[in-house]
Amino acid sequence: MQIYLPIADLPVNVFLILGMGLAVGFISGMFGIGGGFLMTPLLIFIGVTPGVAVASVASHIAASSCSGAISYWRRNAVDPPLALMLLGGGILGTATGVWLFTVMRALDQLDLMIGLSYLTLLSVVGSLMASESIRAILRARSGRPVVLRRAGSHLWFHGLPIKFRFKRSRIYVSAIPIWVIGFIIGFIGAIMGIGGGFLLVPMLIYFLRVPTATVIGTSMVLTLVTMASATVMHAVTNHQVDAVLALILMVGGTIGAQFGARAGHKMAGEWLRLLLGLLVLLVGLRFAYQLMINPQDLYSLRMAEGMP
Amino acid sequence: MSRRRLSVVLLATLAFTVTPAAAERLIISLSNHRVMVTSSYTGVDLVLFGSVEGEQAAVARRGGYDVVVTVTGPRDNERTRRKGRVFGIWVNVDSRTFVNVPSYLAVLSNKPTEAIADADTLRRLQVGFDNFQLPQHIGPDIADVVKDDPFRQAFVRLKNQHRLYIERGSAVTFLTPTLFRADVPMPPNVPFGIYEVDVKLFADGAMVAQSDSALEVVKVGFEQFVAVAARDYALLYGLATAMLALLTGWFASVVFRRD
Repeated sequence: MQIYLPIADLPVNVFLILGMGLAVGFISGMFGIGGGFLMTPLLIFIGVTPGVAVASVASHIAASSCSGAISYWRRNAVDPPLALMLLGGGILGTATGVWLFTVMRALDQLDLMIGLSYLTLLSVVGSLMASESIRAILRARSGRPVVLRRAGSHLWFHGLPIKFRFKRSRIYVSAIPIWVIGFIIGFIGAIMGIGGGFLLVPMLIYFLRVPTATVIGTSMVLTLVTMASATVMHAVTNHQVDAVLALILMVGGTIGAQFGARAGHKMAGEWLRLLLGLLVLLVGLRFAYQLMINPQDLYSLRMAEGMP
Repeated sequence: MSRRRLSVVLLATLAFTVTPAAAERLIISLSNHRVMVTSSYTGVDLVLFGSVEGEQAAVARRGGYDVVVTVTGPRDNERTRRKGRVFGIWVNVDSRTFVNVPSYLAVLSNKPTEAIADADTLRRLQVGFDNFQLPQHIGPDIADVVKDDPFRQAFVRLKNQHRLYIERGSAVTFLTPTLFRADVPMPPNVPFGIYEVDVKLFADGAMVAQSDSALEVVKVGFEQFVAVAARDYALLYGLATAMLALLTGWFASVVFRRD
């Protein structure tokens, strides 16, 4: 069944988009991530312009993280003060990202910027995740006990001022690294059309020592708010949000996520992380390939704004 | 809006003009003056019928008639970019802006245009892609360039790939020596606005009659509503989309609640 997307100005098959939503939703539910880093490239691949893809996926991630955030909230697995503090940086980062997005679009370099950020971020994060999980699997095989973080180990920025105590997460840290992390996630999310959950969760664990009990729920609240505001900002500045496309993705994504979550519970953590790492790496390499190989066509077209 | 629609209708009903010197008259009629893009739109073929009338036409010319139909879509500025290798990766390094060029251009004829008239006549009448004016910014000036300019060629080729620039030497069929039909293909990614239809009648390598008409491509219904909202009420539209996302998420969490 074909449907005409009003902003992407493109007829697409509803079931194809719905299927993509289901598949990506399944993966996102399985790993507890938003899945934007898969969805945005997929949309670009079927012919949606990168601008529309990034802007529309933002609202799709807002939807899937909303249902996640609600269920974590019910289980008291969200640290509201920490989420609020991350949000301060997050909103600012999102605004900066949307601004850069607009500038690069005007300079004809938006596709390049999206491609390069995907390439660097995904290949680095993917290889880190994959190697870490392989080490964990080998350790488990050899039977040595897993060494968890040493109590009291501190990184340099734990000494920074403006300290806050977060009761639910049982941590006492400076607000500065929290703002910085929030800013980075918001910024990356706005320019790449990803929620950033797969970055935020490790950052919160390794840098802020947030316990596993609250880390995913808090990350989902942050993703929810940054992506909802990214939707509004992209709509206002670039007029690139396709609500029809977003709605189809949302429906597929939220349903797929439920089944993915069930599948995820059946797998061991290390294997799950290895799979996710490899997946992330693969998408990164796909972008590298696209940037390095000789393009089929050196020329491309774009509507220039404004009549003379 | 209503005035524009009226002018389209007027153009449609008066869709014939007589070139004073010629004995032939050309009467044309379009199957549809209003292409509506709805949620099920995937492209459409318009049909144009034309008839040659007049004293001469009764005894059709010995060489027969030739017809060239040129359909031009709404004009806009378009940019063509060229990639180059910078530090091992491919980057857009150069671009040209084509000024006020048709977003859609169809040149339809009963045989290849080169076989209809000589090169000079075709150039003077701007018939065919090579002779159509495609001005671009060259430094401070705006001018058309030679037809083998790489940017111009790339522009036409890419527009052709997107099915927006169409040149077909077999799209016009003569049903009788004086009656013809032309199929005008409207692609799925059709630009919106007013289209001009220009029909030229040739005999023995010279133009003997000309006629024009117009049509309109509009988004209607829900598509129109969404597109207008996104453009004119951007903040409201953004907030509504964000709300939609939250509602969908909330709804999913209620439906799939397990505890």
